[in-house]
Amino acid sequence: MKSAIAILAWVILAPIAGGLLAGVDRIITARMQSRVGPPLLQPFYDVLKLFGKQGIVVNAFQNFYMICFLVFVVVTGCLFFSGGDLLLTIFALAVAGVFFALGAFSPNSPYSNIGAERELLQMMAYEPVLIIMAIGMYMVTKSWHVDEIAGFHNLLVGYLPGVFVALLFVLTIKLRKSPFDLSTSHHGHQELVKGATTEFAGPALGVIELAHWYENVLLMGFVYLFFASNWIAAISAVIVTYFLEIFIDNTFARLTWRFTVKSSWIVAGVFGVVNLFVVAFLIK
Amino acid sequence: MGILLFLLLFPAAMSLVFAVLPPNAFRNTLVRVSALLIAAGSVWLAVAFNGQGYQSFKVEFPHLDMIFFGGEMLLSLFLLYKCIGIKKHEWYIPVLILVQAGIMAYCELSGAMPEVENALYIDSFSIIMALIIGIVGSLISLYAVSYMRDYHHHNPQMKDRQRSFFFIVFFFLSAMFGVVFANNLAWLYLFWEITTLSSFILIGYPKTEEATRNAYRALGLNLLGGLGFACGILYLVKFLGQPTIDLNQILTMGRLDSGLVMIPIVLICFAGIAKSAQLPFSSWLLGAMVAPTPVSALLHSSTMVKAGIFIIIKFAPVLQGTWAGYFLALVGAVTFLITSIIAVTQSNAKRVLAYSTIANLGLIVACAGVGTPQTLWAAVLLTIFHAVSKGLLFLGVGSIEHKIGSRDIEDMGGLIVNRPGLAVVMIVGILGMFLAPFGMLISKWACLEAFVNVKYTPLLAVLLAYGSAPTMFFWTKWLGKIVSVSGDAKKGEGAVPGDEWTALWFLAAATVATAALFPLISWASVSPYVSGLYHVEDAAAGLTQGNIIIMSILLGLMLLMPLAFLAYPKKNKYVSRYLAGANLDQGDSFTGAMGATQHATLRNYYLSGFFSEKKLTVAGIVLSICLIVTMFSVVKI
Repeated sequence: MKSAIAILAWVILAPIAGGLLAGVDRIITARMQSRVGPPLLQPFYDVLKLFGKQGIVVNAFQNFYMICFLVFVVVTGCLFFSGGDLLLTIFALAVAGVFFALGAFSPNSPYSNIGAERELLQMMAYEPVLIIMAIGMYMVTKSWHVDEIAGFHNLLVGYLPGVFVALLFVLTIKLRKSPFDLSTSHHGHQELVKGATTEFAGPALGVIELAHWYENVLLMGFVYLFFASNWIAAISAVIVTYFLEIFIDNTFARLTWRFTVKSSWIVAGVFGVVNLFVVAFLIK
Repeated sequence: MGILLFLLLFPAAMSLVFAVLPPNAFRNTLVRVSALLIAAGSVWLAVAFNGQGYQSFKVEFPHLDMIFFGGEMLLSLFLLYKCIGIKKHEWYIPVLILVQAGIMAYCELSGAMPEVENALYIDSFSIIMALIIGIVGSLISLYAVSYMRDYHHHNPQMKDRQRSFFFIVFFFLSAMFGVVFANNLAWLYLFWEITTLSSFILIGYPKTEEATRNAYRALGLNLLGGLGFACGILYLVKFLGQPTIDLNQILTMGRLDSGLVMIPIVLICFAGIAKSAQLPFSSWLLGAMVAPTPVSALLHSSTMVKAGIFIIIKFAPVLQGTWAGYFLALVGAVTFLITSIIAVTQSNAKRVLAYSTIANLGLIVACAGVGTPQTLWAAVLLTIFHAVSKGLLFLGVGSIEHKIGSRDIEDMGGLIVNRPGLAVVMIVGILGMFLAPFGMLISKWACLEAFVNVKYTPLLAVLLAYGSAPTMFFWTKWLGKIVSVSGDAKKGEGAVPGDEWTALWFLAAATVATAALFPLISWASVSPYVSGLYHVEDAAAGLTQGNIIIMSILLGLMLLMPLAFLAYPKKNKYVSRYLAGANLDQGDSFTGAMGATQHATLRNYYLSGFFSEKKLTVAGIVLSICLIVTMFSVVKI
């Protein structure tokens, strides 16, 4: 029953939260750039407008993959917020990512193709960190299940500070923020036009944006988990983290994929893996 | 026991028939019928013996041990004869043959070779292996009927030696059944060496210089492993307080006191490492792809490499908790990580598949080396899933190669439009290899959960975490190539032969079915096998009922998603792709700056400047040799 409510709340509330997050993001970004910025609800107006437009496609398949992307992001969140297996959640998120990349491959367009390749490189960069996070949480709490991890009596971040740092590092990739917004960006000024989403328009673009909102809320759920024993600390951590991401987004220029992969793997090794070994020796 | 003898002898008997029959319609029908009978035989075996636990059989036949010894000597003589073709730097091959033959002759002729009461046995694991060999192996031989015809059609300069081809393929199947049923290690050794010989001949089938050299490399490296096997037998015969070459007895002794039989077990596991192409031996399997595709499919999915991991998995309960087992697991885990990364740099479809095979076998070796109930469970399931998906992928690539004339992934662009049928089987096979909720991922998940509980460090789990990431990269970009649609895409001509379709669709269905029915497979045979060995309640405890239901929902979703096409809005406006210029002919080219016509072509990323195949291979070989040396030096701890 409890998990049914959680799933329902996720499916209905997550896009609202994600949209608001995007709205806040745009306002804060604007203020950082000495602009006024759009109204808070602007992202909702934008997406609603997208859904009212005519679909424009290169081939009959491409939108199918993006619908799969949305469906699997939603399913991933259902697993996570209903307290399911954390590893399975991460694998399901990977399925969603694979569909997004396939959608970008499908039109066979140079810009979206490079976007797809870069999306896969990004996945290669952040995947070890997510798995290391699940392993770390298991080693501390002795459970793979999100509900039991969330019910742990202490702040997890106290045991897994290195893993948390590694997660913060790759969160920038996953939130599609500069310096790691390689595959596609919210700003249309990059060398790849719109990268992975170049060939998508109208409702399909709306679907992608919606999935992205869902994904952002899910990622904030990961952050929340590190502080779950104290909800005030957890909410504050989520807010601070998101602000930090906006700040990084506005202060860094885009980096290369080489740097992205290399640095993510090194950060995962230096902070994440070392943290795991410390936990292994301290908690018997 | 009748059905057991049937599986052992029938393929060998048929192989003799195929050795004399010329390739004609009658021979083809006979191959199809034999394949069907072998598959049916293995299913019958499973139905008759499943759930009955371990059973061993006494084979009554005069001088059987001497016959097997004679077989070994004949095999060595034949291999020595084959050494006529070696080059100067391959001098070690005849040396290895002579040393091995010498060891076996010394054991036998010194009269010290102990008797084995029951030479054959069967348990849940050998039933699973028999099903893999019987079903996947015979589907591949069925596929080979039309493939080999087309193969010689495409390569007219090559001499048609199909008689020896089908002779060896069926003989190979017999030897594989021998490997999984033999309780007498001396017998097992002969079957083991026959698989080495068979792959040597099959790899050298094209008779080109490259094929010949690769065949000799495969022979040499596998003989090196075989030397480990022979030394293991020598130890069991000469240095054990109570000499025995009874596999079941050795396992029982090992479970009581692993120190007693650890040395021979590690020696035989060394042979397993070589046979399953782990680093530092991986080069023989990569070289093996010069052979016709059914050979690759056979070597990678149901035979040869599976013999290697079969023997390692067999010893897993003894390896549990030992340092030697831990270092064996590290050899596997390092192989998994390094070959997964190298696979990213490959554009030749068969090489990608080969690297992925080595990586997945590495995972199985890692599981077996750890040897806990959960990892053993995962290892057996990995073996099943891998055999089915990899068989499918190799056969798929073979058919594609005959239709589009290339095995390069870059040439598979738009396959979904050109060859929708082949594209679908390839997509199923690839998804089966790496994506939730298909088989390989289920086992990978179980491995990860089990590796964290290994007593020393989370090192194995970390290696798995890093290795999984490139796996996702190289499979998805291949999928991306298959599903990308270019403007001039149209349906290809010429149908895929019926035999090939039968094998492809059957294996594609099996890939989905094993993912859907894995709880059933686990409940019916894998779990009872593991529980019987460790006396634990449920080996698959990590996968709770709830998770299994979620996996089924995911699979259902994945299979239902294509229905979304039915509700597809028809009112979409079609445009050609964006090229930042004025598009010409449906977006294949465009008018760029200065009015020049530019043709737009796309290639995948292979990161060859980022990951170097050569450097990674050297690093992997050095590292794995260090690990193997350590494995031997900690044998007594």
